[in-house]
Amino acid sequence: MRIICPICGARDRREYYYQGDAVALQRPAPDAGEAAWDAYLHLRDNPAGVTRDLWYHEAGCGSWVVVTRNTVTHEVQDTVLAAPVNADNAP
Amino acid sequence: MRVADKGLIDRSRPVRFLFDGTAYDGFAGDTLASALLANDVRLVGRSFKYHRPRGILTAGSEEPNALVTVGRGAGAEPNVRATVQEIHAGLEARSQNRWPNLSLDVMAINDLAAPFLGAGFYYKTFMWPSQFWEKLYEPVIRRAAGLGALSGRNNPDKYERAYAFCDLLVIGAGPAGLMAALLAARAGADVILADEDSRMGGRLLAETDEIDGKPGAAWVDAVLAELGALDNVRLMSRTTVTGAYDSGTFGALERVGHHVAARPATLPLETFWRIVAKRSILASGALERPVAFRNNDRPGIMTAGAVRAYLNRWGVAPGQKVTVFGNTDDIHRTAHDLLAAGVHVAGVIDSRHDAPDSSDFRVFKGAMVSNSSGRRGLDSITIRSVAGEDRLATDCLAMSGGWNPTVHLSCHMNGRPVWREDILAFVPAADTVPGTAVAGACNGAFSTAACLREGAQAATAALQALDRAVPDVPLPHSEDAPYRIAPLWAVPGRGRAWLDFQNDVCVKDVKQAAQENFRSVEHMKRYTTQGMATDQGKNSNVAALAILADATGRSIPGTGTTTFRPPFSPVSIAAMGAEAQGKGFAPERFTTSHAASVERNAPMIEAGLWYRPSYFPAPGETTWRQSCDREVGMVRNSVGICDVSTLGKIDIQGPDAAALLDFVYANTFSTLKVGRTRYGLMLREDGHVMDDGTTARLGEHHFLMTTTTAAAGQVMRHLDFAHQGLRPDLDVAMTSVTEQWAQFAITGPKSRELLNGLLDAELTDADWPFMACGAVSVAGVDGRLFRISFSGEHAYELAVPSRYGDSLFRTLVARAETMGGGAYGMEALNVLRIEKGFITHAEIHGRTTAFDIGMERMVASGKDCIGKTMSRREGLSGAQREQLVGLKPVGAVRQLSAGAYLFQADDDPVRVNEQGYVTSVAYSPTLGQMLALAFLKDGRARHGQKIRMVDHLRELDALCEVVDPVFFDPDGGRARG
Repeated sequence: MRIICPICGARDRREYYYQGDAVALQRPAPDAGEAAWDAYLHLRDNPAGVTRDLWYHEAGCGSWVVVTRNTVTHEVQDTVLAAPVNADNAP
Repeated sequence: MRVADKGLIDRSRPVRFLFDGTAYDGFAGDTLASALLANDVRLVGRSFKYHRPRGILTAGSEEPNALVTVGRGAGAEPNVRATVQEIHAGLEARSQNRWPNLSLDVMAINDLAAPFLGAGFYYKTFMWPSQFWEKLYEPVIRRAAGLGALSGRNNPDKYERAYAFCDLLVIGAGPAGLMAALLAARAGADVILADEDSRMGGRLLAETDEIDGKPGAAWVDAVLAELGALDNVRLMSRTTVTGAYDSGTFGALERVGHHVAARPATLPLETFWRIVAKRSILASGALERPVAFRNNDRPGIMTAGAVRAYLNRWGVAPGQKVTVFGNTDDIHRTAHDLLAAGVHVAGVIDSRHDAPDSSDFRVFKGAMVSNSSGRRGLDSITIRSVAGEDRLATDCLAMSGGWNPTVHLSCHMNGRPVWREDILAFVPAADTVPGTAVAGACNGAFSTAACLREGAQAATAALQALDRAVPDVPLPHSEDAPYRIAPLWAVPGRGRAWLDFQNDVCVKDVKQAAQENFRSVEHMKRYTTQGMATDQGKNSNVAALAILADATGRSIPGTGTTTFRPPFSPVSIAAMGAEAQGKGFAPERFTTSHAASVERNAPMIEAGLWYRPSYFPAPGETTWRQSCDREVGMVRNSVGICDVSTLGKIDIQGPDAAALLDFVYANTFSTLKVGRTRYGLMLREDGHVMDDGTTARLGEHHFLMTTTTAAAGQVMRHLDFAHQGLRPDLDVAMTSVTEQWAQFAITGPKSRELLNGLLDAELTDADWPFMACGAVSVAGVDGRLFRISFSGEHAYELAVPSRYGDSLFRTLVARAETMGGGAYGMEALNVLRIEKGFITHAEIHGRTTAFDIGMERMVASGKDCIGKTMSRREGLSGAQREQLVGLKPVGAVRQLSAGAYLFQADDDPVRVNEQGYVTSVAYSPTLGQMLALAFLKDGRARHGQKIRMVDHLRELDALCEVVDPVFFDPDGGRARG
């Protein structure tokens, strides 16, 4: 599988560290309550189809990348940097 | 037998080689198979299960029978296909699966026992007693059945891996592939043309067809000459594309050294390629199917296409009195080619009643070959027609049941081939591998003209997708004969008719599977082992399907195919793991003090990829404990030197650097003064401890974080995520500087004295109190000094740019030695920190919380940080938690061990009574006894109590007293003083 790093271009997936669902970018407020934190940390879908994952270009530029891909066909549909995605998530 | 004036071999270059110890002569350009046939060697192997005599069936990589072992000694390679191996001077090949020799194989007795050895025989026969399976049945079966064996020794051969990128990958260099590559090359695209054969051209080398009025091979040469002269084309012969993967990635195996005589040690045997292509064209051709009839596995019976290949490409007649059997017009070419070369054709047996006539040879229309006979090789066949059965003397039968497009790669990404009734074969479905088009015989186009046309069409489409202009290349003129075929899978009759030659699977086995209700093709495959040998059933799968379909009353497409998986043909593990053996598997990271440590005979131990000194043996010391105890005493009483460069170092700068640290650390760093260092505790978002370390504030907007050695990479990722993913609003930048700085601990009561002779400016306690940090100058070199301590002693860490590390380490150790100190290693470092109750990843192992290690008050209340919310969860603190404590042995047994469990003194030491566990132990020379750090339920409230430590593995049982984890200097006066 090849993933297009928005900074470096198309790179083999071996250059990346895989984190998991991009829901990790939606960090709840400290007082959001147990249910919200439980969902944020532990509850994950396991879709056969499109997912949004976080990948870290560890052997490259050090960017965290949000990768939209299809788990059935392995097609990588879209890649964007995590930072701008979450620019308005600041407290 | 060699035929005069035919073939593409170089008769000016004779080559002598050995087969089973006998010397034979061939020519450059021969494969082992063609050279053996030229020497009239027909028997080359024994079959897997029945030990039947076997000869050469095909002329390509799909060969099931002619497997040999090449070479001698540790690097001997088993199961090499004689049809692929090129001969060279010194080549030594041996037959396999026979004893004592090929013509007299005592295991051939299996063939007489064949009625008992059918499909599933071992499932039914070796049922009981159950323990006999492992001890008796399996070893005996394994010895009797099988292929070649590895030497069992380390493979001395060199293998490489390589990477390539291109606009267009063309797989297969037959007419379709060559035409496609030519068009794309002329368009200026970066083209890789890969072909498994040693010589490109595909069937054009094996047939007498002409292109533009010239021999096919001449057209191939002209195209290759043009392609070879272009910078944008890479021709990769001997390169099998073995798998199609995601995003235009292909695996390919190049045979680099197998054909080279006196191969230099630097030349790899094989190279495993990863090729990334924007577009690709699959032009992998087609493979011919044998026909199943009784005793169709006798040496001398070959596929018709192979007979033409040996005749036309290698100038070899595989027999002197040849017969031809099949169901297509194609087979008649075989007879014509043989006659033209002066080889006698005894007859053509065509199963079709409307077969073409011939005035040159006898044609048996509507007839079939029903049996063969001959000892260790064919001498006659039985022909069955409406008139009855007739025997015909022949020493070579060329058979063909039609052609199967080589669809394999098109199915590697879950594609299923589709059935075409007009050619009685499966062809690739459209767009099964994104970016890959299919052309030529692989697509069911069997005439040369159709291959050229489809190659050009596929290249045109690829160039358009690549936004390149398509050059005008006229199609050359060539044969365009229609492909006419009638069904012919198996000749009805008694006896064994082989489908899968390599696994000895016969028609009756498939029928038996159907009868026993293994009706699914995947079940039939596994029950009979049809297609499960190293050739993956390339010759036999479709015929087996047809027979299963017939036996179950279904159509062939309704029966379906088994799954095609990579690799297309066998890839040695050595090639796939190339450069990843030994040190290539785990690269070594060396500190700047490595050479000096090794010079001092320090045993180097692995710490992740790093190597660190275990201890520095002094003269007369014979055990590690002697060295370790001395080094601990040295640090406690004078001064020790230790390389701490392996700890992760992250340089963090920017106006919001402090804010980021407040977010990632449980405790507060924005309040840290410039020139001071603070211990920091980092939590995971789930509230457990991730890592710890010290962070120094070098400037208002400049921090230097240290991490543990083990977690350096993880923390760097985590910081980047906390910044980019969670707090992109913060104006901060960071980078790892672990490799850039060499850092040494100078530890012990004499540490200041040591540094004061070395640093360019005087150190004073007033300017450099405990936890101070700042810039210093060491012999004119800018360095950094940190007054931090992992031993509990008055200590410093001195950092200089890495290029000065070796020199500084030697200088520090030399100075320490004049003061009664010296270098110390990991063992002493560990004892020193256990004496002080300092934690490492033995304690913060991923399941412990700040509460467990007694640091819950460090989780600052006035700010948010990663892990704070969840660390307050019920269950992550409280009396039921296992908490960090110290243990001292108080009973008769004075030995403690890490990993042991803790129990109440009068409880049974069983799981349900577990009270905690030991994480770290050391013999403390300072205190003269063993010490342990442990986690114990409600441990902090149990200081002074007795607890029983049981190590079930090492059979230790020791009574301990629970104490504070800080065993030595509990008020910390030594470090501050």
